[in-house]
Amino acid sequence: MKALSIHNLQKTYGNGFQALKGISLDVKEGDFFALLGPNGAGKSTTLGIVCSLVRKTGGKVSIFGVDIDDDFAKAKQLIGVVPQEFNFGVFEKVEDIVLTSAGYQGLTLKEARPRAEQLLRDLGLWDKRHAQARMLSGGMKRRLMIARALVHRPKLLILDEPTAGVDIELRRSMWSFMQEINRQGTTIILTTHYLEEAESLCRNIAIIDKGEIIKNTSMKALLAELTSETFVLDLAQPLIDAPKVEGFRTHLEDATTLEVEIKKGQNISQLFALLFEQKIEVLSLRNKANRLEELFVSLVDKTAASGFKADEITTEVSV
Amino acid sequence: MNSVRIYWVAFSTILIKEVRRFTRIWAQTLLPPAITMALYFVIFGNLIGSRIGEMGGFNYMQFIMPGLIMMSVITNSYSNVTSSFFSSKFQKSIEEMLVAPVPSWVILTGFVLGGVARGLLVGLIVTIMALFFTDLTVHNLFLTITVVFLTAVLFATGGFINALFARSFDDVTIIPTFILTPLTYLGGVFYSIQLLPEFWQGLSLFNPVLYMVNTFRFGILGVSDINAWAALAAICVFIVLLFGLALWLLERGRGLRQ
Repeated sequence: MKALSIHNLQKTYGNGFQALKGISLDVKEGDFFALLGPNGAGKSTTLGIVCSLVRKTGGKVSIFGVDIDDDFAKAKQLIGVVPQEFNFGVFEKVEDIVLTSAGYQGLTLKEARPRAEQLLRDLGLWDKRHAQARMLSGGMKRRLMIARALVHRPKLLILDEPTAGVDIELRRSMWSFMQEINRQGTTIILTTHYLEEAESLCRNIAIIDKGEIIKNTSMKALLAELTSETFVLDLAQPLIDAPKVEGFRTHLEDATTLEVEIKKGQNISQLFALLFEQKIEVLSLRNKANRLEELFVSLVDKTAASGFKADEITTEVSV
Repeated sequence: MNSVRIYWVAFSTILIKEVRRFTRIWAQTLLPPAITMALYFVIFGNLIGSRIGEMGGFNYMQFIMPGLIMMSVITNSYSNVTSSFFSSKFQKSIEEMLVAPVPSWVILTGFVLGGVARGLLVGLIVTIMALFFTDLTVHNLFLTITVVFLTAVLFATGGFINALFARSFDDVTIIPTFILTPLTYLGGVFYSIQLLPEFWQGLSLFNPVLYMVNTFRFGILGVSDINAWAALAAICVFIVLLFGLALWLLERGRGLRQ
């Protein structure tokens, strides 16, 4: 079953800006799905339409088979939303925020209290339950929004940059929590600017740019498209020039930092052997960028370049 | 889950949240009207009123008491909804309701009755304050309760529309300051329109607050400048119109959905 099905979704804002140019997308039940794109690409507009904060101009959206045009109330019961910006009453107490949200979903206090307690405990907020939300740290506020979104046990959880501004330790604990929720059967759609996060968590991915889906595939298939990776090598002794290593493109970033591009299929042991022959000792090795990040940048750059050409042609014709 | 049950729980959640909000900040919401009205009773009712003499067959304190109660009900039911709903918009917490399966009419009813709750509570506080200065005899209890409730509903609905259109905190205060306050002061709270020259009497009849104040005064004292039952019917018509407008705007997502 499809948790989310989007067909030919369009959105044109009042000022004429076309945010979505007829995108189509399916998310399978149980999936952990990444929706990525640069700022202003149309991610938040898409998710806004799915959860009724934005009105679509055209197209169809259904959630677990429920068309939002036919029965939005039923569709909304199936969704939990963690928005990008904090959107709770800052003077409200933590527990009240979760209980109030449960009330909007039709859960009585008797039903909601144990669920709220469990979620607040799981997310490390139980000790803060009587604190006003404004007193929480940024990470706690993010976790509060997750607790609030899960209190009615939605089948589809939408996470719009849930770990923005969260320190790495907390981010990783939130990842574990999200993975556990997903294992228990909740379908998750994630947007994030941390591509490492998407790569670690998500099985399928769509990349949206300028209101169009430019890639929609599995994470594995997408990463397989990566034709080369750049590695950064920290050297034991300083060099003056980048060494010539047969078959590898090298660049000396500074005296003890060497960047090497390794193409798909090339053997990294061969690189070390060649460096060893030149008596170059390597202390450590790391990726210059996350693999998904490299792909993402190349895909988005490609559309930017083609968009520029299209504009040029339009200008010429109109002149 | 049964829709009626969901709607009922959602409605009571909104209402409880609203009541919790204005009682939590009681020093800003409940105390000021009590102090202001106590000053009105002391200055206008006692000091100046004793020199004015009778009005409509009652001493001045008795005459202005219904008007002052109604004035506090109007301003508080209106401002509760404007400030609460606009704050929800401003902090984006309104999105919580919009993404939940809560129909627009439930959201509207919840906020309006939250405003009514504050209006009536303040009205009760002012009534209790008034008892320190004068006696209270109710001429028609049904009419008194009905008109005060309906007036609170009407102005809470008006406050909701104001908040829907408001884009800044300034927009929230413009209507109460430049429209509501003059209408209330010129709505027969402190005087009978029969004291006015004919032209101003005629003009006063276009002021909706006059009908509410006089209907309430009729419910308590049994005297009024206008036909109380016709005024009650007019209030009902205005409620239907404003509620319909607010619902239509909310459904269209005015100021809420892009």
